[in-house]
Amino acid sequence: MITKRIIACLDVHDGRVVKGVQFVDLIDAGDPATQAARHAREGADEIVLLDITATHEGRQTLLDTVRRTARELFVPFCVGGGIRTADDAAQVFDAGADKVSVNSAALKDPMLIDAIGRSFGAQAVVVAIDARRDPDAADPVRDAQVFVQGGRKPAGRRVVEWAREAEDRGAGEILLTSMNSDGMRTGFDCELTAAVSESVGIPVIASGGAGTVEHFVDVFGRGKADAALAASIFHFGVSSARSLKEELARAGVSVRLPC
Amino acid sequence: MRVTVIDYKAGNLTSVLKALRHLGAETIVTDGDLALVEAAERIVLPGVGHFQATDRLDATSLTPAIRAAIARGVPFLGICVGMQWLYAGSSEAPAQPGLGHFAEPCTHFSESTEKVPHVGWNSLEVRTGSRLLAGVEAGEYVYFTHSYKAPVTADTAATSYYIEPFAAAVERGNVMGVQFHPEKSGATGLKILSNFLAWKAGGAE
Repeated sequence: MITKRIIACLDVHDGRVVKGVQFVDLIDAGDPATQAARHAREGADEIVLLDITATHEGRQTLLDTVRRTARELFVPFCVGGGIRTADDAAQVFDAGADKVSVNSAALKDPMLIDAIGRSFGAQAVVVAIDARRDPDAADPVRDAQVFVQGGRKPAGRRVVEWAREAEDRGAGEILLTSMNSDGMRTGFDCELTAAVSESVGIPVIASGGAGTVEHFVDVFGRGKADAALAASIFHFGVSSARSLKEELARAGVSVRLPC
Repeated sequence: MRVTVIDYKAGNLTSVLKALRHLGAETIVTDGDLALVEAAERIVLPGVGHFQATDRLDATSLTPAIRAAIARGVPFLGICVGMQWLYAGSSEAPAQPGLGHFAEPCTHFSESTEKVPHVGWNSLEVRTGSRLLAGVEAGEYVYFTHSYKAPVTADTAATSYYIEPFAAAVERGNVMGVQFHPEKSGATGLKILSNFLAWKAGGAE
């Protein structure tokens, strides 16, 4: 039976894992390779490393980090941040990533999705969408907007429509982050996640807002997510993927156990 | 032990090479050097992406070289599209023939409300007697990402279920294939690769 995936996310800045609230107020949360290995050992089904530096100078640091992190990692490994061209993607794959996640560069040049998919297969392309609800909109879910630059700038696209276009262009998965919930530990945006998940035929990874086990049960049920990303819940020894999955299994969610 | 890994320019090989080396194998990569296939002790055909990409195996004459190696008894492991290539072909690229070692064709998952591709960790039901999957317990999980699948037949070594039962692994003599990615399937995947590296003609291990 197919299981719901628990994905450990490492936000990386200048080669270090960091955690912030709504992408600001960053605090140091350790070495990426060490953290990734620990999450895999503790039952994470997948690792996502997002480089939030994404500056030109930071590229070499990122590739070194990816190489070091991938070396002893035998679960799926996705890398995002600053991937602007198919060549950037190729370098990240060479360094050991199995998937790349593209975000603002794909909004600027949607053909990037097609290009990476053609060279490396759809399974290797994750389109990350930073979503923010517009409380004044007639339908805050259907009208939720895509944001770029760490959630600061609207991209002028509706979330559901962009997710559909990404799929049409050959994305293999959608990583949907609710900017309203990110880092708040108040729960995932289940309505928006369900709206996207029902609109596309590819898996949707929910992100932003995880704080309790109930939040995961909710996003896998009501939110129709195929996978869920957790960052803050795993840092600082709050919980492990294994203990989270054991609790999810007790709540009736199908997860990979033992792991 | 030495493993010849075939590069047919469909996706990246890094993860497969890393896992084989982690298990102590010496890896040799070739994208068309037939002498390397002729001298191969073991062959791995990885693969992510489109079945059409296997046309490169024909264009580079790797197909007959691999066929000859298999006939000599060289242990062969196809992964994902590399497993599907062992069959007659795939409806993903109907004009592109597979090796035909297994007579059936691969097909797309049946119409359903479930999402396709099938992405994620799914459990295995291992048939008794599989040497490739020796030590893998019923219900162990491995990582899949695919839209096409091989049918369950007498050569199926393990089945998995998504929308319908399908062949998660195939095995006949020295020819083996896995639909999932052992290089991405944690300890279970490494155990399977390790079984392949230990495979000897006629022997139990």
